Amino acid sequence: MKIPPLAKVLIKRGFVLFLMVIIVTYLTILIANAGGYVDEILISDIKFNVAQRVSANPLYKGLSIEERNKLIERLVENEIRLRGLDQPFPIRSLIYLWNALTLDLGRSMYMTSDTGSRLVRLIILERLPQTILLFTTATVIIFFIGLFGGLYLSRNFGSFLDKLTIYLSPTSAIPGWFYGILLILIFYSYLHVLPPGGMVDYPPPEEPVAYFLSVLKHMILPVMAWVISSFFIEIYYNRSFFLTYSTEDYVEAAKAKGVPPSQIERRYILRPALPPIITSFAFAVVLSWSGAIITETVFNWPGLGRTLAMAIGFFDVPVIVGITVVFAYLIAATTFILEIIYGIVDPRIRAGVEGV
Amino acid sequence: MSVSEYTLKGIFKELMRYKSALVGLAILAFLVILSLYALIFTPYSQAGEIWNDQNRWLAYPRNAAPEWYNFFSSKKLPPSILIGEGLPNHESEEVERNGYRVITYLDSFTYNYDDFPSELVLLINTTYFGSPPTVKVYWVKPSGEELNLSTYRPRNISESIYISNNIMLERELEEYAIDKLGFTPNYTITIPVALFMEYKGEPTAMKGNYKFKVEVTLYNRSDTFSYRLLMHGKVYGIAGTDIYRRPLELGLIWGAPVALSFGIVASVTITFVQLIFAAISGYYGGKVDSLIQRLTEIYMILPFLPFVVMISLLYGLDIWRLLLIIIVLSIFGTSVKTYRVWVMQLKTSPYVEAAIAYGASNLRIITLYILPRILPPVVPSLVLSIPSYVFLEAALAILGLSDPKVVSWGRIIEEAFAGGAVYKGYYHWVLIPSAMLILTAISFALIGLALDRIVNPRLREM
Repeated sequence: MKIPPLAKVLIKRGFVLFLMVIIVTYLTILIANAGGYVDEILISDIKFNVAQRVSANPLYKGLSIEERNKLIERLVENEIRLRGLDQPFPIRSLIYLWNALTLDLGRSMYMTSDTGSRLVRLIILERLPQTILLFTTATVIIFFIGLFGGLYLSRNFGSFLDKLTIYLSPTSAIPGWFYGILLILIFYSYLHVLPPGGMVDYPPPEEPVAYFLSVLKHMILPVMAWVISSFFIEIYYNRSFFLTYSTEDYVEAAKAKGVPPSQIERRYILRPALPPIITSFAFAVVLSWSGAIITETVFNWPGLGRTLAMAIGFFDVPVIVGITVVFAYLIAATTFILEIIYGIVDPRIRAGVEGV
Repeated sequence: MSVSEYTLKGIFKELMRYKSALVGLAILAFLVILSLYALIFTPYSQAGEIWNDQNRWLAYPRNAAPEWYNFFSSKKLPPSILIGEGLPNHESEEVERNGYRVITYLDSFTYNYDDFPSELVLLINTTYFGSPPTVKVYWVKPSGEELNLSTYRPRNISESIYISNNIMLERELEEYAIDKLGFTPNYTITIPVALFMEYKGEPTAMKGNYKFKVEVTLYNRSDTFSYRLLMHGKVYGIAGTDIYRRPLELGLIWGAPVALSFGIVASVTITFVQLIFAAISGYYGGKVDSLIQRLTEIYMILPFLPFVVMISLLYGLDIWRLLLIIIVLSIFGTSVKTYRVWVMQLKTSPYVEAAIAYGASNLRIITLYILPRILPPVVPSLVLSIPSYVFLEAALAILGLSDPKVVSWGRIIEEAFAGGAVYKGYYHWVLIPSAMLILTAISFALIGLALDRIVNPRLREM
């Protein structure tokens, strides 16, 4: 059976991306372990498990505290040897790498998930959907505003709106989270119309519709902050981009042939401009993962970024290491998904042309 | 974007033709002057220490708004007022009673504000033998009422008596005020309110001439006594003060060199190192090229901010080491790929081929023939990326990773958040440092976008 070229490219890219994740994870482990933290994470995990097993076992009920502590100590040592943690660091680090890659991220030092678990994986996975919800919404809104705004201005370049956009594009030097602070001051502190942070009202509404509306209300400010921050520069870049394409010879030729303007826009300008626009969208999504950290902190949004900020406050190293690894996975996954979309819209990749 | 024909000097000349760039340059000049002022008058190493020293700021009001606030508000807030020894309208009269010296001091001042002072502090300097002096304090309002502000016995050579923290006195004055009003008002009567209030349903200050009377009994011939009364106001300086009484204007000035140098050093270093790697990658090709390309791909997956957070937290870095980490985590950024394409274009250009032909060394070709040519198109993105590093510093401060020894705008904002400025309405505490950050960002953005139009003529035509 012949593998289609697109699949071939994707398999190759997927492999490379996974390799990158492995490298980044390993770097994370190296950095965290230079402070001795990864060892601590695993050993505290083992101690917790052993202590629980011993106290749950009716066989050991009769032991005095001293005897029991000795038993625990011995069992912990056994466990450490069993798992190979008494090996020198280069070998140990590979064990850690495997654990991290399989998202076996150990136990947190202080933080707990909403269900009360101390498993870092649960703490993180519980927060992930909130982050994705907020920032995918914001990025998609910005993407479409940029696309249509850019198209509109490229059609009417030189108009008042066009000039206004150019003049206001420096406002995008200010990041979204910073607009967030200003928006909180306006809409919460001064006008008292929108909540300053959080995801739902307290107590959360019972009804699904009311719950949904409450979440929506809490999303307004963070999303607005991000949209304001990218609004003008997105439109400005897309507009310049479309203008560049609209001066190409083949567009002139199509115009001369009498192709209707709407078709020129769709087929001759938008179509070839799509792959680079999607690339910039990919970067925007990837960047949003990082930007999310501070925006969530400012808005108290219960996502991954907020969890990271809290972990900093608690000095909860396992959680910080875990989040770093999960972020690496997220970025790789985003890149991969966009690679697929890219493959669909770019005929060269679809046809398997080399050197793209 | 392709390699353009401009030189750096030419770009600068062209830049002066853009009004927006001139505005940007003017703001930048202001910030640079501010930074120089900060560095010259307060050595960088001391600024943080002074800022963190809480005892130094006791003479300043807490949470005061900036002075210019009064221009925009119909309700005038009072500044700090200081009366007493060595200041105008200070009289004293000494008599002898029961063999002791009794001195009566009288200070008068005019009060023309609508709001109340925030605190009243009696600062006493005294020397005595045996028994400490007895200090009776009275307050005369413009209406002529005399209020007894209780009696104090200062035991230290210099003592600060926080009159407005005297709970017993507060209760007495509250009862008195309610009695005068004839009803319990819907606002709380603190000591400053009771001392300055007009007896009305709304909290407004009584305007006019106030008198502060102190009657001191000294039990020894050679005892000395002097005092000043500090009425902390609700406005201070250009930028107000924070919850720790620190004048924010100082923090803003001291933060300027930190913000500028952080942004500029980060951006310039990262761009140059990226250029060098791109030049090596594009010029040599082969294995070096593919190694650098793989590294940029790793950097793409690397979660930048979590990495910075993790390193800064685990190793407890100060701000300049943090800057170094940020640089290291950015040198293989995606721009390397863009620059590499330009280098590859240049490599095949006739003059580089000529240089290769006459035997110029690789180093010479890269540093003298290639780098100077790709520098101009890089300049706009260099300038445009400066604000992002300034904000990165602020962002790290918001996450609680600021360097405690350095005063930065981000740290002031973070402290404002932690101090509840957003919820309690101390807007100036957040807005003024924010305005500084915005000014910085806008200035570089204006310059950068003008540069972008200059080196990308295709954009300019449109």
